[in-house]
Amino acid sequence: MNRIQSVLEQDKKLLSIYFTAGFPNLNDTVSILKQLEASGVDMIELGLPFSDPLADGPTIQESSTQALRNGMTTDKLFDQLKDVRKHVNVPLIVMGYFNPMMQYGVERFCQRCQGVGIDGLIIPDLPVDVYHEKYKALFQQYGLLNMFLITPQTPDERIRFIDEVSEGFIYMVSSAATTGAQSSFGDAQADYFKRIGAMNLNAKLLVGFGISNAETYEAATAHSKGAIIGSAFIKHLEANGADSVSDFVTQIR
Amino acid sequence: MNTYNVNEKGYYGDFGGAYIPEMLYPNVEELRQSYLEITAQADFKAEFDQLLKDYVGRPTPLYFASRLSEKYNTKIYLKREDLCHTGAHKINNTIGQILLAKRLGKNRIIAETGAGQHGVATATVCALMGIECIVYMGELDIKRQAPNVARMKMLGAEVRSAQSGSKTLKDSTNEAIRDWINNPVDTHYIIGSVVGPHPYPDMVARFQAIISEECKTQLQEFEGRDYPDHVIACVGGGSNAAGIYYHYLDDPRVNIIAVEAAGKGIDSGESAATSALGKEGVIHGSKTLLMQTPDGQITEPYSISAGLDYPGVGPMHAHLYRSQRAEFVSIPDQEAMDWGLSLSQMEGIIPAIETAHAFALLDERKFEPNDVLLFNCSGRGDKDLETYIDYFKL
Ligand SMILES: Cc1ncc(COP(=O)(O)O)c(C=O)c1O
Repeated sequence: MNRIQSVLEQDKKLLSIYFTAGFPNLNDTVSILKQLEASGVDMIELGLPFSDPLADGPTIQESSTQALRNGMTTDKLFDQLKDVRKHVNVPLIVMGYFNPMMQYGVERFCQRCQGVGIDGLIIPDLPVDVYHEKYKALFQQYGLLNMFLITPQTPDERIRFIDEVSEGFIYMVSSAATTGAQSSFGDAQADYFKRIGAMNLNAKLLVGFGISNAETYEAATAHSKGAIIGSAFIKHLEANGADSVSDFVTQIR
Repeated sequence: MNTYNVNEKGYYGDFGGAYIPEMLYPNVEELRQSYLEITAQADFKAEFDQLLKDYVGRPTPLYFASRLSEKYNTKIYLKREDLCHTGAHKINNTIGQILLAKRLGKNRIIAETGAGQHGVATATVCALMGIECIVYMGELDIKRQAPNVARMKMLGAEVRSAQSGSKTLKDSTNEAIRDWINNPVDTHYIIGSVVGPHPYPDMVARFQAIISEECKTQLQEFEGRDYPDHVIACVGGGSNAAGIYYHYLDDPRVNIIAVEAAGKGIDSGESAATSALGKEGVIHGSKTLLMQTPDGQITEPYSISAGLDYPGVGPMHAHLYRSQRAEFVSIPDQEAMDWGLSLSQMEGIIPAIETAHAFALLDERKFEPNDVLLFNCSGRGDKDLETYIDYFKL
């Protein structure tokens, strides 16, 4: 069984943390991974930086720009992760935009992911339809799960289709927005979490975008399997440096 | 039949499609399902035609450029899109999209702009319809196209500065897309060229197709035939080119020529010649040719003309290039600037710097005396006066 699927089976709420590979410094990637696991995080998303991250707000945009300026590349990421499975056991997901994967060669990219022990991918600008038609077989061949996003505007029928195609979790975007930390959630979000929760989907739901503290983590996980934190963690790294990971995680839960 | 137009899945050959984040799916899907139906409705067509005639000033003239023709010993016609209201072809598209947005019940409009021509054309139609308008523009472009910024403000639009990346057209497009993600219900995004996810490239091409539709009638009157031997346009994203090629795409008698901006030279590292420097990839929701590093990071283009300063081309043009249906040529800053002066002094027409690139083809290629050349004179040079003043010390 894929590590993502195993974790989703566990009888607890999950905390997944996103950070941009190669940020704040080029070679912080593995150290941050180890600290996250030691702090009890259940899953980790590693951002492959991109020059034009359309779905991201200013915090993640700036971390990507910084990582690229530090010299981050696709090959460097795989080099950094070469021995990662000797130290880190939680599921690892690479989150990145499609263009760098296309240039690397989608098959070669998948092969290298499998080689270093990546469990899945999140590719915001690869639509579920194109994945289903063109890339699903390839991802399966290399043991990679692909996670899809839904938003408050996604029609029910399309959510059902995404549910059918999903083998891992569904990434539930908390509001109509690019990534970025919010300090609290309102009634609209609670209604939306409840509405999707009541659809009885096969795939488990993880909520992301806008989660920043214990309060938003609680609200997000009340009707879902878990939550994903990105921008708030990046801001923490920016302010406190790459050795301060556990301080952040213990504030959340 | 072999066609160079879009297929029912939104692709031109290998290029096109809709590579968009799920957040944009409902908006883009709504457009995809409705654009053909709405634009085919009788009341839509009537309102579109009426506004093009009474407000934009269409049909624009086709002008036989006698002094140029004599000098180059061939027959040169100019399609005068520079005479459109607001000074460029861009308004053909914004009129079409604002009418569509109204029918979709949208009450907030966003747009990106490079040279500011599309921003002005969008601000204009929003004023015309009394709809809120926000235009994203790269910080660098705000500086080099100051008159257009002032025009947008006079027209009641809010101009927001895009601070990321190269601070030009690519980055203003990113910001506009992010705005749309954040405002998915009430907002329509008026894209200014034949770029972006399907159905935008096809929709914008259809609104611009009026250019070649008129050329057919007008050439018939001048030449007794409704097609040229060569049709020539500058390509930034490719909308003025798509408009003047449109009705000739599948006509093998017509040679199609696309002129891109070489900037300081193709090999200088400061260029916007996508066909020469680009590779297949995904930008702004479309699979097309784009300039990028071997690692797939999109590179910063450069051209002296803000409207050609884009690292990709629309998927129609990527297909025209790949299939060799069109010839692609690139022209450096200096030749384009010199042609801005030549066209002014030989024909009394001060062109936009984008447009001047197209005419520079005349020094690159030899044509036969009986060849009919159809140039798209896509815009006028008022917005570029400051650049011309600096360059020529006027
Ligand atoms: C006068 C003029 N011509 C051409 C262009 C380039 O755009 P496109 O390639 O979409 O026609 C612009 C863009 O701003 C323009 O203002």
